[in-house]
Amino acid sequence: MQSQIDPGAQGQTGDRPLIAEFRAATKRYGAVLAADALSFGIGKGEFLSFLGPSGCGKTTALRMLAGFEVPTSGDVFLDGERVTDVPAYRRPVNMVFQHYALFPHMTVAQNIAYGLMQRRPRPDRAEVARKVDRALDMVRLSGFGPRRIWEMSGGQQQRVALARAIVNEPKVLLLDEPLAALDRKLRREMQIELQTLQRQLGITFVLVTHDQEEALSMSDRICIMRSGRIVQAGSPLALYDQPINRYVADFVGKSNFIDGVVSALSGEGGQIETASGYRFEGRVSGVLAPGAKASLSIRPEQIDLANSAHPGAEPVTVINRIFLGEHTEYLVRHAALGDLLVLVARQAEAAAGSFAPGAAAFVAWKPETALILPQD
Amino acid sequence: MRLYALAVYLFLYLPIAVIAVFSFNAGRHASQFTGFSVQWYGKALSNPFVTEALWTSFVVALSSALIASVFGTMAALALQGMKGRVRMVADALIYVAVMVPGIVIGIATLIALVTLFGWINPLLARLAPEGQAPQLAMGYGSLIAAHALFSMSLVIIILRARLAGMDRSLMEASADLYAPPFATFWQVTLPLIFPGILAGFLLSFTFSFDDFIIAFFVAGSETTLPIYVFSSIRRGVTPEINAIGTMVLAVSLILLVAAQLTLRRGIKTGAQ
Ligand SMILES: Nc1ncnc2c1ncn2[C@@H]1O[C@H](COP(=O)(O)OP(=O)(O)OP(=O)(O)O)[C@@H](O)[C@H]1O
Ligand SMILES: [Mg+2]
Repeated sequence: MQSQIDPGAQGQTGDRPLIAEFRAATKRYGAVLAADALSFGIGKGEFLSFLGPSGCGKTTALRMLAGFEVPTSGDVFLDGERVTDVPAYRRPVNMVFQHYALFPHMTVAQNIAYGLMQRRPRPDRAEVARKVDRALDMVRLSGFGPRRIWEMSGGQQQRVALARAIVNEPKVLLLDEPLAALDRKLRREMQIELQTLQRQLGITFVLVTHDQEEALSMSDRICIMRSGRIVQAGSPLALYDQPINRYVADFVGKSNFIDGVVSALSGEGGQIETASGYRFEGRVSGVLAPGAKASLSIRPEQIDLANSAHPGAEPVTVINRIFLGEHTEYLVRHAALGDLLVLVARQAEAAAGSFAPGAAAFVAWKPETALILPQD
Repeated sequence: MRLYALAVYLFLYLPIAVIAVFSFNAGRHASQFTGFSVQWYGKALSNPFVTEALWTSFVVALSSALIASVFGTMAALALQGMKGRVRMVADALIYVAVMVPGIVIGIATLIALVTLFGWINPLLARLAPEGQAPQLAMGYGSLIAAHALFSMSLVIIILRARLAGMDRSLMEASADLYAPPFATFWQVTLPLIFPGILAGFLLSFTFSFDDFIIAFFVAGSETTLPIYVFSSIRRGVTPEINAIGTMVLAVSLILLVAAQLTLRRGIKTGAQ
């Protein structure tokens, strides 16, 4: 299948052939544009995430792939075929629902066998039982087949839902915030399990989440969405290091922003001038012209906190200190630049000593670690 | 206060208790209890008028309950698919239908059917050869129709509540797992709402089995059990009537409890 999509703008699908593609897929609900001319491809075997705030259209995109929503205009392709009007029950994809949607009147095994049993001619019983057992094995629930759904814990139900989907060997597995209902520890476990499973099976996973940590840790590629559009797509590293604007930088990892206008541009680098007259150098990421509104983005871990003045350092007051184990997070206040978040590694803190709230300190960062970004 | 509550309960249940107790009275008179006996049950059940009325009531109750369950289920499913104001109006009309007094339903059904027969019978007479035309009249048909009509609203109300509480994503999950719409209905929707349908059926049966008012208007020449009881009571209360009353009460209570139990069980296994 050939694509008209410029892979540069959408991030690479690697050397993978496309398994699914949106072409100008638009979905309107009355006045709301839930999907605004979405165009991008999903590579075979890829682990792709949609990341964005609530209401930005992540679920809508997923549901258009599953076949629950028909695009108002534009097309959806699956494995080279146009499936825009193909109903969900004829699409070779499966979905793991946010609240699992397990059938309460069936046992665990019956739930998992459901998809297989819909095939015509009906598959051999022994064959179905074998596949169900293997799927149960895969999600580490061997022996739970005869159980009732309400006898399973939340985490177990999650795994049943997963088994019910993967047993059909779908071309694409769709996951709509599958871990949102789990507690933090269980969620971390399931993230690892999902990743392992995806590598084992080689099935394309498309995950919807508004948890950036989840997206960053699991995905090959992330689509950052805003109001029905993909703002930027790329590998977690690319999004972290080269966000195309402030929105992306804000959504991927934590960052400090200092607003201003572009006062100089030179190749990769540039300079930003704040309203109060401060000038900072930085690496330019995204499209900017001189005089344009921009933000300087500095990651908290790139800022040095020192107790003595040195050239280029700015005086601040420590407001708050939060111990996070490996790191300590400081909130510091600069008279003109506002509040900044600083992350100090444990070792660095051991060497330089810690700061109590109210203490005076000095912050500095290397210009090449700061990014100058368009505000929108 | 407690005494007051006790009085209310006595007032409510004493007459019923008296009927039940005296249905086991050995003697004929309701004034004194002369010993335990089940002879009146035997007498009642061997009275051909009673057994015929019982059979009529049974057939009418069963048929109307079946019809009400099937059509009520279809109506509830259709209502579920409707949106906005249309659905609000339709829902309101269903509730109103349950609150309409029996006597109004009885008269309305009677007038409607008589008018209908008034149109159809001459037509039939013209179509068929002289003197052999079938004539539509009140009887089983009108009884079943009138009861089914009323019971249908009961079934719809029970099922609407159940469908509204059901997770829509279950149906989507079924479609996602390759089941076409009808297979989804058969394998997911129906099993999940079945306790509701069963409860609706049992309630409809109970309603029809002991309904007097509507039946009185549309029964024509048929005699249902409540109609029989009413007509024979004019000749005085006999222990036989007590026995019949107690039997009707027992059947109704058992069915009501069964309906409650299926609904409760359904809630546990059904929509979360
Ligand atoms: N069935 C619907 N009818 C009307 N509007 C809808 C419908 N489904 C979604 N929307 C609207 O479309 C927009 C996108 O919704 P969508 O569910 O895709 O968001 P989301 O990114 O998944 O959000 P969340 O993180 O809260 O799940 C929202 O503004 C939502 O209100
Ligand atoms: Mg969503």
